[in-house]
Amino acid sequence: MTTLANDQVQQLCTFYVGPLFLGVDVRVVQEVIRYQEMTPVPLSRPGVEGLINLRGQIVTALDPRIQMNLPPSESDELPMNVVIRIEDSIASLLVDEIGDVVDIDPTRLEPPPSTLPASSGRFIESVFKMEDQLLLLLNAGRAIRTGDNNSTSMRANDDQSDD
Amino acid sequence: MSDMEEAITEFLVESHENVDRLDNELLALEENPGDVETLASIFRTIHTIKGTCGFLGYSNLESVTHVGENLLGKLRDGTMTLSDPITEALLHMVDAVREMLGTIESSGKDGDKDYGSLIIAMDTLLKDSGELDPSPGADQAGQIEPDEEPAAEEPTATHAHDESVESEPDSLEDAYQDEYADSLPSYTQQDQQDMFEPEIEASDEVLSAPNSQAKSGTSAADSTIRVEVLQLDILMNLVGELVLARNQILQFSPNEEDASFLASTQRLNQITTELQEGVMKTRMQPIGSIFGKYPRMVRDLAKSCGKEIHIDITGKETELDKTILEAVKDPLTHIIRNSVDHGIETPEEREQTGKSREGRLFLRAFHEGGQVNIEIRDDGGGIPISKVKAKALQRGLVTASQVRKMSDHEALNLIFSPGFSTAARITNVSGRGVGMDVVRTNIENIGGSVDVQSAEGAGTTIRIKIPLTLAIIPALTITSSGQRFAIPQVNLLELVRLEETDGISAVEYVHGTPVYRLRGALLPLIYLNKTLGQKPVPPASEDENAINIVVLSADGKPFGLIVDSINDTEEIVVKPLDKQLKELEVYAGATIMGDGCVALILDTAGIARRGSIMTTPKSEEVNRLDGPELESEVIDESETLLLFLINDGLRMAVPLSTVARLEEIKIECVEYASGKPVTQYRGEIMPIINLADFFGVDAPPPTEIMHVIVYQHEGRSVGFAVTEIQDIVADKVTSRTESSAVGVLSSAVIRGLITDILDAPSVIEMEFPELFTQQYA
Repeated sequence: MTTLANDQVQQLCTFYVGPLFLGVDVRVVQEVIRYQEMTPVPLSRPGVEGLINLRGQIVTALDPRIQMNLPPSESDELPMNVVIRIEDSIASLLVDEIGDVVDIDPTRLEPPPSTLPASSGRFIESVFKMEDQLLLLLNAGRAIRTGDNNSTSMRANDDQSDD
Repeated sequence: MSDMEEAITEFLVESHENVDRLDNELLALEENPGDVETLASIFRTIHTIKGTCGFLGYSNLESVTHVGENLLGKLRDGTMTLSDPITEALLHMVDAVREMLGTIESSGKDGDKDYGSLIIAMDTLLKDSGELDPSPGADQAGQIEPDEEPAAEEPTATHAHDESVESEPDSLEDAYQDEYADSLPSYTQQDQQDMFEPEIEASDEVLSAPNSQAKSGTSAADSTIRVEVLQLDILMNLVGELVLARNQILQFSPNEEDASFLASTQRLNQITTELQEGVMKTRMQPIGSIFGKYPRMVRDLAKSCGKEIHIDITGKETELDKTILEAVKDPLTHIIRNSVDHGIETPEEREQTGKSREGRLFLRAFHEGGQVNIEIRDDGGGIPISKVKAKALQRGLVTASQVRKMSDHEALNLIFSPGFSTAARITNVSGRGVGMDVVRTNIENIGGSVDVQSAEGAGTTIRIKIPLTLAIIPALTITSSGQRFAIPQVNLLELVRLEETDGISAVEYVHGTPVYRLRGALLPLIYLNKTLGQKPVPPASEDENAINIVVLSADGKPFGLIVDSINDTEEIVVKPLDKQLKELEVYAGATIMGDGCVALILDTAGIARRGSIMTTPKSEEVNRLDGPELESEVIDESETLLLFLINDGLRMAVPLSTVARLEEIKIECVEYASGKPVTQYRGEIMPIINLADFFGVDAPPPTEIMHVIVYQHEGRSVGFAVTEIQDIVADKVTSRTESSAVGVLSSAVIRGLITDILDAPSVIEMEFPELFTQQYA
């Protein structure tokens, strides 16, 4: 993820999730698609929204809001899918809106503030200062692996015992 | 160099096949030493290996096969007859060849292991009978070849070389080998019939030169090609996609009026089906390819155990998917080893019990009901059931009370439990207690099942049922809480639909667990929506109160899965779930339905475990190993309490095990008899006790629907009207104090609140003393 492109420019695919302006390296983004009908997976961890049919391949759709402890969306708009593939793992992040692909100078990335809550800090790798707003660079590998996330897995257990 | 590597790979593949065949041919020869054709075939095979490895520079391998070839040459021209030591030596040679092929595969060299003793042993055998021929190589070539390959029938130049190689003494043959080894084997191995088609052979040689190695001995080789399994897998996946696309189009077609569109749809449907069958066929292999290994294995094992065993194989031609074939290989081997080692007795023991000295092992494969059945039967001592039970008890796999209730068949199947072994002694063959459970696990992993039957003293039969293929399976689609699921039909026993009037009375409760009387036997029931934690969806009006039960089998035990509706059967393509979802044992995978949506495939065993209806030791073992989370599912029912409110704030509880049903009764259905509320329930008059009235608290009168807890008291139903049913708690009740209050059994702290536990019998007795005393006086 953090390895630099040869020509010192990193391209980020950007999108909005709630109040956050996020970006991931374009090289891990397989494609961006419209809302797809999802099949929910009962008993799965929170954050797993369902399964979508991506031209014959079954892809898990994840809600980054739950991973990052954001309140649920109030918008009526259907979310978009950012399909991320890292090696053999493939998953889709449900985002509110897609932004542009932006070129950034990786040397100008800054680590996220240490005061960031740990729940979202895990996923935010660094911050890029755009002219008008801050772009948060998402750790795509962590974002598509809900199983590694201790906080969500604990919540999953809590939910189960309440049933 | 890549040509060379290719040549080596091909040599290895071919030689492995040949070596496997050699085993069987040698055994066949042992039984029928006069079989010239088999002998010739063995000779050809060894000769091919020898020739090719000389060309590839495997001198060690060459020297071993060379002596073997000489020995075989003698046998073939009748100057020697086959004896036990010779068979033994030849089998050892085959082993040595196999070992070296393995070394070549892993290291690229044939190794420097010294097979001197084997060579000397074979040489000695050679000299013992062939004193007249001090130079065996020359003898073999000179004596045999002119008969087999008359020079007059060799029109081409290559054949001339070939001929000269064969008829020259050994030293010259070696000299030629390097140069012509690629052409040499394919000629020397030919049958005499092939010799009548020299032109075809020659042109074939030209076409395949210079890279290809010798073709395998049979003429079938000319009409076959080798394809990597991976290629077939890709093809199979694509066909799977096509099947889905076809299903999608078929869904649209009924809405279309266009005749030509319908005709093309039909055609597409037909072609897809044929293509699917065709591609599946390419992956099919006869089970003979693994059965073929067993005669040799059984022979060797029997010898080492001092037993005499004859193996009978039928159904070699039964075909199944290559992946499945690979998966059953090890389990089968294990079962056969067990039969030989423990099943069949020694000749002495057999004579004492009046059996023939020679034990018999039957291996049978056949198609039945869309599945492949494999049967392994021996006429040995059988499995002593009492010993199995004792051992299972001793190992702590079952409890004494479980053992008492167990049928013989159930007890026998304990041999598949982890950590089970009845062998009194551990041999190097089997008896380490890590076998049969792995056998079952492996077979279940590919969607199969295994069953054992045994009669003490008469033998044991083990039956394995496996699906033909894994990729495309027939499945039943059902709906639960508005979501579609697929259930593999392998696990499906039957479908039961209970109509409205039956619906109410048909589901009964044993200690709080729903059951259904299916033809007199109790069938445990699992509500799919509850098991999956789905929110129940009110049924469509037509289906009101109808109950759909899908009767499934998990680990050989039936259970009923209650679903909202049963849709259809469909061929589905199984796709694995993402790693993050794999931990969910209730799903076996996912599939894409005809409308393009994803549906989850239910794992029958996983559902049954989650619904915790399985009482086999295996599932207990799993629960125990999987830690606290799963353990909480196996809660003591007597500690499960039903929480309810009798007015806005007063909470009470009643043990769930005493509750027969929860009902919602329409207020207009409540009638009055002798001034007390009653309702008609299951054909009887059920008195209703309003708990708020009983305990003298104010409660809002029910408006439309009355919540009633149905309680069974001495064969009669009594309803308790409550304001609200709250929850079922499985928490351990931490403290409980006896209560002196009327109608209250005790008080307990439940979820941090003090809750009175209802003493239902005493409430009933107080409210309806006349009713019960009259009846039971």
